[in-house]
Amino acid sequence: MASEQDTIVAMASGPVPAGVAIVRLSGTLAMPVAQAMTSGGLPPARQVSLRRISDPATGELLDKGLVVWFAGPASFTGEDIVELHLHGGPAVVKGVIDAVLGWRSPESDAACRLAQAGEFTKRAFYNERLDLASVEGLADLVRAETAAQRRQALAASSGAARTLLGEWRQHLMHALAMLEASIDFADEDLPPELAAAAAAAVEQVQDGVTSALRDAAAGTALRDGLLVAIVGPPNVGKSSLLNAFVGREAAIVSSIPGTTRDIVEVSLDLGGYPVTIADTAGLREAENVIEREGIARARGLAERADLTLLVLDQQVLGQGSEDIEALRASADLVVLNKADLAGDHGADGLSISVKTGQGLDILRTILLERVRERLGAGEAALITRRRHHDAMLAIHDILAKWSADLEPEVQAHLLHQANRAMSALLGHSDIEDVLDLIFSEFCIGK
Amino acid sequence: MKHSAKSMIEFDVIVVGGGHAGCEAAAAAARCGATTALITHKIETIGEMSCNPAIGGVGKGHLVREIDALDGLMGRVIDQAGIQYRLLNRSKGPAVWGPRAQADRKLYKQAMQAALHQTPNLTLIADPVEDLLVTEGTVTGVVGASGKSYGAAAVVITTGTFLRGTIHLGEQQTPAGRVGEAPAIRLAERIADAGFRMGRLKTGTPARLIRASINEAACELQPGDDPPEPLSTMTDRITVPQIACLITHTTPATHDIIRANVHRTAMYSGRIEGVGPRYCPSVEDKVMRFADKTSHQIFLEPEGLDSDLVYPNGISTSLPEDVQLAFLRTIPGLETVEIARPGYAIESEYVDPRELSPSLETKRLPGLFLAGQINGTTGYEEAGAQGLVAGLNAAHRSAGLEAVVFDRAEAYLGVMIDDLVTRGVDEPYRMFTSRAEYRLALRSDNADQRLTPRGISLGLVGRERQKRFTAKREALSEAIDLLKRSKATPPALQRAGFAVNQDGRPRTAWECLGQPKADLAALTLIWPELQTISAPIVAQAAIDARYQGYLAREQADVAAYRRDEALQLPSDLDYAAVRGLSTEERQKLALARPATLGAAGRIPGITPAGIVTLLRYVRRHGTRSAA
Repeated sequence: MASEQDTIVAMASGPVPAGVAIVRLSGTLAMPVAQAMTSGGLPPARQVSLRRISDPATGELLDKGLVVWFAGPASFTGEDIVELHLHGGPAVVKGVIDAVLGWRSPESDAACRLAQAGEFTKRAFYNERLDLASVEGLADLVRAETAAQRRQALAASSGAARTLLGEWRQHLMHALAMLEASIDFADEDLPPELAAAAAAAVEQVQDGVTSALRDAAAGTALRDGLLVAIVGPPNVGKSSLLNAFVGREAAIVSSIPGTTRDIVEVSLDLGGYPVTIADTAGLREAENVIEREGIARARGLAERADLTLLVLDQQVLGQGSEDIEALRASADLVVLNKADLAGDHGADGLSISVKTGQGLDILRTILLERVRERLGAGEAALITRRRHHDAMLAIHDILAKWSADLEPEVQAHLLHQANRAMSALLGHSDIEDVLDLIFSEFCIGK
Repeated sequence: MKHSAKSMIEFDVIVVGGGHAGCEAAAAAARCGATTALITHKIETIGEMSCNPAIGGVGKGHLVREIDALDGLMGRVIDQAGIQYRLLNRSKGPAVWGPRAQADRKLYKQAMQAALHQTPNLTLIADPVEDLLVTEGTVTGVVGASGKSYGAAAVVITTGTFLRGTIHLGEQQTPAGRVGEAPAIRLAERIADAGFRMGRLKTGTPARLIRASINEAACELQPGDDPPEPLSTMTDRITVPQIACLITHTTPATHDIIRANVHRTAMYSGRIEGVGPRYCPSVEDKVMRFADKTSHQIFLEPEGLDSDLVYPNGISTSLPEDVQLAFLRTIPGLETVEIARPGYAIESEYVDPRELSPSLETKRLPGLFLAGQINGTTGYEEAGAQGLVAGLNAAHRSAGLEAVVFDRAEAYLGVMIDDLVTRGVDEPYRMFTSRAEYRLALRSDNADQRLTPRGISLGLVGRERQKRFTAKREALSEAIDLLKRSKATPPALQRAGFAVNQDGRPRTAWECLGQPKADLAALTLIWPELQTISAPIVAQAAIDARYQGYLAREQADVAAYRRDEALQLPSDLDYAAVRGLSTEERQKLALARPATLGAAGRIPGITPAGIVTLLRYVRRHGTRSAA
């Protein structure tokens, strides 16, 4: 669970990419972790020096940047603070933050954790290190941060994962309602199977979280970042476009041939942002059952996707079915391929040629812009999956202590903790929600 | 309004109302040394149990133990009137055990009145209070129907359902408080005129049955615990004779009659404006809302040892009297039952508790405190606990001392009051253990350990309880020391029948005691010296040990909670002028006027950004009190 004694890390500067990005650490582990990550040791306090910054676990060089540290209590937060001034690329920032989070103290095995929105400032406030002027305007920052994180949490768990989380929350609330009803209404004639029902609900969540974490470790289940669907009629160059993206992007996370044979998904790092691009079956009148199924899935994917990219062949514009016309109106981006084969015709859409590479850079820039709009440009976009994963791990660890043999008040205690951990991803829910469930399910009262 | 000093009788604290809140308020103020008057309609009805004849339960029992820990009356009084004791939730962990006692109504009232009569500094006055004296926006006393004026530095109003109450019985409506008593209309108008936000809530009560008309043989017998466990730590042993209660249940025929006549109730014909709770207050609600349930449980609770009345707990109703009789007679054991008094629903006014500060003083009229059902709560225990806090704070105000607040991490009464003053109510508020986030620490068994030291330093606790408490605390800390010093190796524990990992790590008796279902006898086999600890002390230590692992981790949460509670918001903060708050946040904050930053965060709809905005005001205006 998040505690105030933890050492926290976060990006402390504006949106990336930028010239310089600052990663700030605050707490007792700030110095040791910075020592471990910088070559040649830390400079004297309050002196800025250039250092090679590498991942202590792998030794991999992450960046060359400026390092400065301030000893508590005479620092911004009142605790030891280290600032790493990095080259402001998303991948660099993410790499450094990941390395900080992956480090373990040789003495205590303690680790740093991601800061919550406004947490540095909160610490500064509680340690009486904040003057009034600094608090001014802070609310806006926190508002933006929390909004971005919430958007992030949802974006990171697109589609299936989002539904899963919602289900787990429901199971947890259900289990809590059963347990709390059995505790608070001991003298009412409630059904005897409450404990068993609670146990069944919790086991569902335990299993779900365990397998999601296992899948996440294998890099398959939780889709990373925004889902971009490439849709369009057959033979307009959708697959080539996907290949062009893949070919040009250095950091391919994984390439998963769809379980459905007809959707190919590729997760990649688009300008530092996690994006999954899915290529779908061409939309047309199906000629057989398999194709019909493929087309249905393509449509489904287009609906679920965060961004839809419609590809058309500019040689045959205006010959599309109703389906295509509808997509043309709703798609986030319309791309007119095969510019090398057709003349200029002034139709709406970005004219490209996958074959010659014409317009691809513009397409990438536009797509990146759209992705950034959706994700926000702050640190949140880079580390969402991390937050997500941390929250799941916390839920997993709490539920690992849960057992059907425990007393109901202890079981409930653990479930409340798990629910709080889940709030990081799904927003707050409190005891009134549990009571609502109890009163709607059971006839209670004297 | 001016009254000459001559016609005025002066007190430090005046408590209006002689119900459960009023009794605790008056006694608490008097214990603090304030000259106190309890002014009510009739001395004879002081301590009346107007609804079911029982004290305690899950959550409610916690409140009784807390009142007792602060040397309040409820626990001691019920122990002189309890005719059946049951520890609810015994099969679950001790954190949620709910001590409960069935009361002899008459004995309870007698014992309560006797306790008040014996309380130094307290005067009981029979005079219906009709008005408040207000001087320059501050309450300075009350006026009785007799025309007399009573002055005080602090006034606690505990008039329960007497504020513009309406009784609904079938198609009839009667203005009233309890049956046969006049509602306090003038006083209610005075409070409404002061601009307090008011609401209406409803609650109900079942018919009272003639005991002789019940066929007891047709019912299930429910015996009490043997031996009965007292509610008060001041009670060594229950000497009141103990009886059994009876259990019966509704039948499909009962439900048919209720369904056929439900349109004849005020609730289902739309005559009630007040909001009922989400839980079912009436048998009509049970039948209509849970149509698939063919039977509901009824506890037949005798109203006293020599009373000819029985309270059928579980079937409160506002159906017409003829329908009540008809449905009752479809219930096993009640085939020939006679009704002494029909059940009814009562609607009454309450003051939005967000009008109160955590000391239960109103923000609108300094010097005026409110406690009990008038704040939108239900139940004797909820009322009594508020009464105690209001009385204590009224005494503090009259003495020029600072307000006393109990927080969510130290007491259920702190949880309740915080819920009331920060979130308000939209149904009659009832104490549930699930409302307490630190439930494993706030137990009914350790109420004295949690609260009596604070009560002592507040001057609330009499000498006799101090002595007892100190002795127990010393014994407990010695016992825990001994338990922590006593160690044994895994093989030795194994031989004594303790299942432990054979990892070579010695375990303390304290650790062993913390195991669920630890066998105390087996422990003394290994450590004979433990026999020197008395059984109640071992039992208490065992409970502490049992939750130790969870409690240690909870400490960090409590520290964070308390830190935010120490950041006080100015009470006159103009939320409309605070830049950066949303309109919704402004409205909600202005309504609740939270006392602390922590409380602001508990108001539904307040965002983290809103909290940070408020930080500014803590720095500029607030004081940091010692947490």
